[in-house]
Amino acid sequence: MLDGPFISLFFGVAALSCLIVYSAGYDFQGRFLDHLRNLLLAFVIMWAVAYVSPTQLQRVAVPLFVLGVLLLLAVAVAGDTSKGARRWLNIGITRIQPSELMKIAMPLMLAWLVHRYEGLKNIRQWLIALLLLLIPTAFILAQPDLGTAMLVFAAGLFVLFFAGLSWRLVFVVLGAAVIGIIGLIIFGDAVCADGVAWPGLREYQRQRVCTLIDPMRDPLGKGFHIIQSVIAVGSGGLFGKGWMQGTQTHLEFIPERTTDFIFAAYSEEFGLLGNILLLALYAGLILRGLWIAIGAPTLFSRLLAGAISLTIFNYAFVNMGMVTGILPVVGVPLPWMSYGGTAMVTLGFGAGILLSIARTRSQTVQGFVLQRQ
Amino acid sequence: MNDFRSNTSSDFRVRASFMALLVLVLFGVLLLRFAYLQIWRYFDFHALSEDNRVALLPVQAPRGEIFDRHGQIIARNTSAFALEIEPHKVPDLEETLAFLGTLIKIDELDLRRFRRLKGELRRFDSIPLRPIMNDAEVAKVVVHLHRLPGVSVNVRSIRFYPHNDSSSHLLGHIGRISKSDRERLEQTDQASSYFGTSHIGKLGLEQSYEAELRGRTGFDRMEITAGGRMVRSLERRLPIPGKNLRLSIDGELQRTIEQAYGNRRGALVALEPSTGEVLAYVSMPNFNPALFIDGIDAATWDSLNNSPDKPLLNRPLRGTYPPGSTYKPFMAIAALESGKRKPEDTINDPGYFMFGNHRFRDSNPNGNGIVDLKKSIVVSSDTYYYILARDMGVDLIHEYIRPWGFGQKTGIDLIGEASGILPSSKWKEERFKQPWLPGENMSIGIGQGYNSFSILQLANATATLANRGVMMRPRIVQSIDDPNTGLVKKTEPEIVRTLPVSQQALDLVIDAMVEVNKSGTGARVFAGAPYSVAGKTGTAQVVSIGQNEKYNAARVAERFRDHSLYVAFAPAEQPKVAVALIVENGGFGAAAAAPIARQVFDHVLLKKPGANSGR
Repeated sequence: MLDGPFISLFFGVAALSCLIVYSAGYDFQGRFLDHLRNLLLAFVIMWAVAYVSPTQLQRVAVPLFVLGVLLLLAVAVAGDTSKGARRWLNIGITRIQPSELMKIAMPLMLAWLVHRYEGLKNIRQWLIALLLLLIPTAFILAQPDLGTAMLVFAAGLFVLFFAGLSWRLVFVVLGAAVIGIIGLIIFGDAVCADGVAWPGLREYQRQRVCTLIDPMRDPLGKGFHIIQSVIAVGSGGLFGKGWMQGTQTHLEFIPERTTDFIFAAYSEEFGLLGNILLLALYAGLILRGLWIAIGAPTLFSRLLAGAISLTIFNYAFVNMGMVTGILPVVGVPLPWMSYGGTAMVTLGFGAGILLSIARTRSQTVQGFVLQRQ
Repeated sequence: MNDFRSNTSSDFRVRASFMALLVLVLFGVLLLRFAYLQIWRYFDFHALSEDNRVALLPVQAPRGEIFDRHGQIIARNTSAFALEIEPHKVPDLEETLAFLGTLIKIDELDLRRFRRLKGELRRFDSIPLRPIMNDAEVAKVVVHLHRLPGVSVNVRSIRFYPHNDSSSHLLGHIGRISKSDRERLEQTDQASSYFGTSHIGKLGLEQSYEAELRGRTGFDRMEITAGGRMVRSLERRLPIPGKNLRLSIDGELQRTIEQAYGNRRGALVALEPSTGEVLAYVSMPNFNPALFIDGIDAATWDSLNNSPDKPLLNRPLRGTYPPGSTYKPFMAIAALESGKRKPEDTINDPGYFMFGNHRFRDSNPNGNGIVDLKKSIVVSSDTYYYILARDMGVDLIHEYIRPWGFGQKTGIDLIGEASGILPSSKWKEERFKQPWLPGENMSIGIGQGYNSFSILQLANATATLANRGVMMRPRIVQSIDDPNTGLVKKTEPEIVRTLPVSQQALDLVIDAMVEVNKSGTGARVFAGAPYSVAGKTGTAQVVSIGQNEKYNAARVAERFRDHSLYVAFAPAEQPKVAVALIVENGGFGAAAAAPIARQVFDHVLLKKPGANSGR
């Protein structure tokens, strides 16, 4: 039996995504049908993976990770370049993006490692884990693909957190982040003044953060998309403009309106109430995932389920934060909402893992064998 | 169970719960952000998204057309291809201009006008480089448009005056709305009426009836994409065409008179006495009003503006002249009405009049002998009027002449009328801070001296005389026709005042004026006319109307010649038309001016009215 609440929530998101992709993709021939096909693909993968046992997943963790790193290496050497980034590998029949694979392979690998050591107990084991985390991240960062690098890095970091990362470190980092964000809000104008260089960051990265603080710095350039996206969200109001009625969406003011910025289209047409619904669905999925993790019978599946749940959160939060103008623009899709096959497969795979772990949990709860691995 | 599992399991539970909390907190932040944007800032963003998607495209209203009394069109609209540039969209203006120059001929004149308009117009206006292009030129430009951002070929409605120079001062012209026009419109709160229009009436009827001719600009509220592509029209307000003017002017008469003037300078106004309708309004030389529509080039402007012939001067309205002997009928009535003369009072006219040591010469050096009031008009005896003026004095003259409208605006429906000067001792005191001298009375009496009237005033006074003392307001527009509703708003004849003159005095003076054309100064001109004409010739010594004429030896002699004037109405018994005209430096009144008046009478009285109507 698959986990009922999780599946229901998934279908809730999928239903909303069909509505909004139909609307936002109205001008694109066949986009809606492609989206349906992608959703179906995601579901099939999810369903298939759900019936793979965590034990078998544990076995593929290392080969998958090694394959991922090799592919990233291949990309760095002989990848296709598009829009200034080298992210794709042409394998004859189709182009694949190995960094996507890493989003799953990374938590699998680290969960395997922690499980193998039965918890990270000494500095050597931590260093090995850190190395496994940093190598693929560095490759992806070099492509450059900040969004994916961040997601991969975060997915690994979640595993390490659940594996017992020092609370002190967690709070120091969280505290520093909070202080940094507050500082940026207060002193944003000063540090974004012309000619101020930020140590350790490239000019375009500084620009991206500064555009976030004040999109009007560059209203027709980089700021344009975020301004129009925020206008779309804000003009949705409480009830939204209605399905198929979003002017910002249908008049091409929203960039990437069926992919990374689909939430702007959704928000414009369904308003605050629609947003609350979607937020509730995601919160439900994530909390259900964490609940599955807590009840998981093995260290491996616990870490994996926790990391995957938080990865879903990571996608959703970063995407919605970016679209509403509180986070910098990075290429992160909204889980199961955004049009696009790759993320569907990745996230379907992740959800499948959660469902697979949930199955072992239900066995546990019902008092069946607790296997000692 | 072992210790390791239960320990880490409880630690994991804590960490998972912590993360669940973090998730909820961060989602809470998102929720606050949504609420901020979608509730707190909703109205701002709603307005912005509306602004975003909607562009107002003005649809120009066709300007009202102008017809003459027979329905012949004298100002209409036509369309033409215009090459226009929106400078703010052009990356390199000089390069674009140079490239366009290789495609079609763009001369200095076009470039100068373009640069001038670029300085004057609003930043987002499109500025004409070539206001009118032929088909071949359009084709040449259009194939290159894709590499010329900011350049467009637009069909534009342009004002067209089918009779070219004819009636130019009457019609005036339209022109680009200038900075000062815009300031004025903004001050009078009319700026919104000019949204989407680029032209405004500048002079003449185009200016005076601007509000009627203009119409109302329509618009298309278009939904547009971020890229500026039109999606669909949300709302359309059709433009309301301007109203048409039907003039009392007889276009063919206008052209006949203009031809009669040839290259002489002068002004003529012909009125229908019973209604005040203006039948002819001529100012010579004239100019082509089309030159001004998109801004005249400097060289042409200079040649018009600096010409000693003053082609830009609206003579009937703004040119003021001493009336000369055409003043005498009005003086005669003043004499009778003031009781200073009886018809049978006579004087001896030896050819001059001595006032103190000063000899006032008569135009007839041999004198006219014994002269009574009637003869004083027929033979135009200056001496009679020297003595009359001495006896009346300037202020009594002023009192009896003023009701005829001299020295005042007539109230014609054209902007910019000059009032002229009808002197009085008070006037002189105010103007020159000097008392009136008795020696100045004499020249006043023969229509010289400080007297300075417009031809329009003179025509109006003549029509009032023909109308036996009833003064009508002169009107050029007979009706304002609304093409939208079919409504025709007729201009009703308007009585300005009825002069308290006795019929006896009128009979006497009109009788004398008829005699002028039978046996007097106008006899030769009107020989054989099948209608009776009451008229009076005049010859006025030159008081140049302009102060800064350039010295030109060949022309100076001519410029010193007297102005030739004539006032008349016909038929004398039942006047249908009254006319006043001047031929500048034309010499003796009967020689130059009266023959033109005859053409007016022949045209109006002998041709069947409406015979030339239609197109």
